[in-house]
Amino acid sequence: MSIWEYANPKKFMQTSSAVLPWATALAGAAMLVGLIWGFFFTPDDFRQGSTVKIIFLHVPAAMMAINIWVMMLITSLIWLIRRHHVSALAAKAAAPVGAVMTLIGLFTGAVWGQPMWGTWWAWDPRLTSFLILFLFYLGYIALWEAIEDSDTAADLTSVLCLVGSVFALLSRYAVNFWNQGLHQGASLSLAPGTRMDWAYKAPLYVAMAGFVLFFVALVLLRTRTEIRARRLKALMARERIEA
Amino acid sequence: MMPDLGRYAVEVSAAYVVSLALIAALVAISLARGARVRRQLREVEARRGRTDV
Repeated sequence: MSIWEYANPKKFMQTSSAVLPWATALAGAAMLVGLIWGFFFTPDDFRQGSTVKIIFLHVPAAMMAINIWVMMLITSLIWLIRRHHVSALAAKAAAPVGAVMTLIGLFTGAVWGQPMWGTWWAWDPRLTSFLILFLFYLGYIALWEAIEDSDTAADLTSVLCLVGSVFALLSRYAVNFWNQGLHQGASLSLAPGTRMDWAYKAPLYVAMAGFVLFFVALVLLRTRTEIRARRLKALMARERIEA
Repeated sequence: MMPDLGRYAVEVSAAYVVSLALIAALVAISLARGARVRRQLREVEARRGRTDV
């Protein structure tokens, strides 16, 4: 059994049909538990007060904003190298989810930054690279919509995805590259030393798992729609030729 | 039931309300488009007498 079997739309539809209900249920449960735990049952931080509760949205959304672009990069490369339509359609399906995650990251960052930093926005390396990543998401979605031929659209959006990957990685590592700006370093790290108490870390991990599962469920659903839309377009074109 | 958010109640509430609204809108749009495409495909396939996907 090879992973490339899932490049067959029929096989993908069969497998995703079985996985989707489980992914949806797990995503709903994990998000609900993580966000309710984080919002209702965590104490205020001694310095940040109740704004610390924003972390349960901000960190998972920002994490997904970057990782979704990385997933799009991988599927775009698969399209460019192996010409599997399902991978190109999966990248197309993922983009709006990534755009929404980036927007949530930017918005929650702004409403958190205002009371803590005294400003909604600063041209800080991480904030700026995140804004550019958001613009790349919008450009990627617009490019798919602007080109009639789906193979050409997949080619051009894949190239755009490769270019945008610089900003996806930059937004992840900007705080390490440039030791300046308002944004703090990584909240979660494998490095020794306690950065965050388990009272916050535990619900944060649950919320992060929820966001990952939410993405898996939604991208499966949206990729199924894109596969059907592609078939619909092909059948309608055939009908027009036959008419 | 509602935790005391103190002086940052507006910021914290806004973060949750706007984020959850964005997520709900994304899910609603995805479901609506999925249902529309599925219905249209079923109609075309019924016309042509074939159902593959």
